[in-house]
Amino acid sequence: MPTADTETKGPGATSDHPSGDDRFELLDKAMRRGRYGQDQLIEVLHVAQEVFGYLSEDLLLYVARALRLPPSRVYGVATFYHLFTFDPPGDHSATVCTGTACFVKGANDVVDALAREHRVAPGSTTEDGRFTLKTARCLGSCGMAPVVVVDGEVRGHLHADAAIDEVAARLATTDDRDSEEAV
Amino acid sequence: MSLTPPRPGGPRPNVPVILDGEEVLAFDGETILDLARRLGSPIPTLCYLDGLSVHGGCRLCVVEVNGDNRLPLACATPVSSEMDIRTDTSSLRDHRRRVIELLFAEGNHICASCVSSGACELQDLAAENDVDHIHYALEFPRIDVDATHPKYVLDRERCVLCTRCVRVCDEVEGAHVWDIAQRGSQSTLVAELGKPWGDATSCTWCGKCVLVCPTGALSFKGRSTGEMRHDPDVIAFLARLRDEGEWIDREEPAP
Ligand code: SF4
Ligand code: FES
Ligand code: FES
Repeated sequence: MPTADTETKGPGATSDHPSGDDRFELLDKAMRRGRYGQDQLIEVLHVAQEVFGYLSEDLLLYVARALRLPPSRVYGVATFYHLFTFDPPGDHSATVCTGTACFVKGANDVVDALAREHRVAPGSTTEDGRFTLKTARCLGSCGMAPVVVVDGEVRGHLHADAAIDEVAARLATTDDRDSEEAV
Repeated sequence: MSLTPPRPGGPRPNVPVILDGEEVLAFDGETILDLARRLGSPIPTLCYLDGLSVHGGCRLCVVEVNGDNRLPLACATPVSSEMDIRTDTSSLRDHRRRVIELLFAEGNHICASCVSSGACELQDLAAENDVDHIHYALEFPRIDVDATHPKYVLDRERCVLCTRCVRVCDEVEGAHVWDIAQRGSQSTLVAELGKPWGDATSCTWCGKCVLVCPTGALSFKGRSTGEMRHDPDVIAFLARLRDEGEWIDREEPAP
């Protein structure tokens, strides 16, 4: 994924960004749609994360300049929400709900099990960049506790062992994911 | 706004309210805090600072109105006719003590080694509100000190997140170097994109944030224990000069 950067560079690129990276056009379009309103910040950050996968420092600065907001304000807002991530995500991810219901049903065991299995601290990505382990507060599916979102899919009643199997299965399918990921 | 004191000949107070049992007249639009201060009732505050916008975050200034158990913030609530305001009841005192204790429990407030000891608003609040014991488990958060700025130091262990520095930098200096990042117990003061202060290119080195900090979180570099003195009142002065256009050269109309 991170290698797609330079593909679209060319003299005809209409992107304002010096890199000529096409993805900035999608971002610009979103900001234009919101008339560069400062109150559009969260909306714009969503688009930025969707398009780029995560919010890099450059991206935050780009948004700050475009909306004429102080960088610290943009950073403050972005870090307030768990939904935004600031590091490149791994090829696969599991987000374990640690809300009250899931906690009661053993969410912590799920987190520990996945962390141990993949030697990764909650909130970070394995060194080989293949797997990201995250936690979140109540995903609103308490009836299915413990809930784990695996590669964007909500899975209920996923106890520790099942979670390990589920992630292992996902990791085994890595290669075909790369192609569909391209934006 | 409270910035400009009522002038002789200006509007007269005409809103009847009861303040701690006494019938008094408030100005229209005046906050409960302004009224109480004008009439000499001390309401403790921390995040509030004359000359800056109201933040309403510390909840020390709570008062009782009409015996209701929802406690409004004196700094953010305008008076209205017939309010019966109490600023000093035993339950308010209790509440304030608790807030102060929580502030202590949340950071690492070791007065014995603090630059601001002896001139710290948190320390004063604790003394004035009889906080001699913290009933909560101290968190002892591990937080790094940012001493990367050539002139100033930020010790987040002593930060009470009052946002005075954020507001003064935004509203008076116009640089908006600071903001609060993360949330809940993870909330933290950040410069720009969470950068070391010394790398923050938008910082003008004006030092206003240091002047307004109520604790020893922001200080001049090189101060040792008990040597730091802040000067938050200078902001009200600056704000008044600005609001009144004090330095604007007005041409006298020709006679
Ligand atoms: S550094 Fe000082 S002024 Fe700034 S938020 Fe913390 S306590 Fe308040
Ligand atoms: S607590 Fe996990 S979905 Fe509500
Ligand atoms: S002084 Fe009113 S909430 Fe802080």
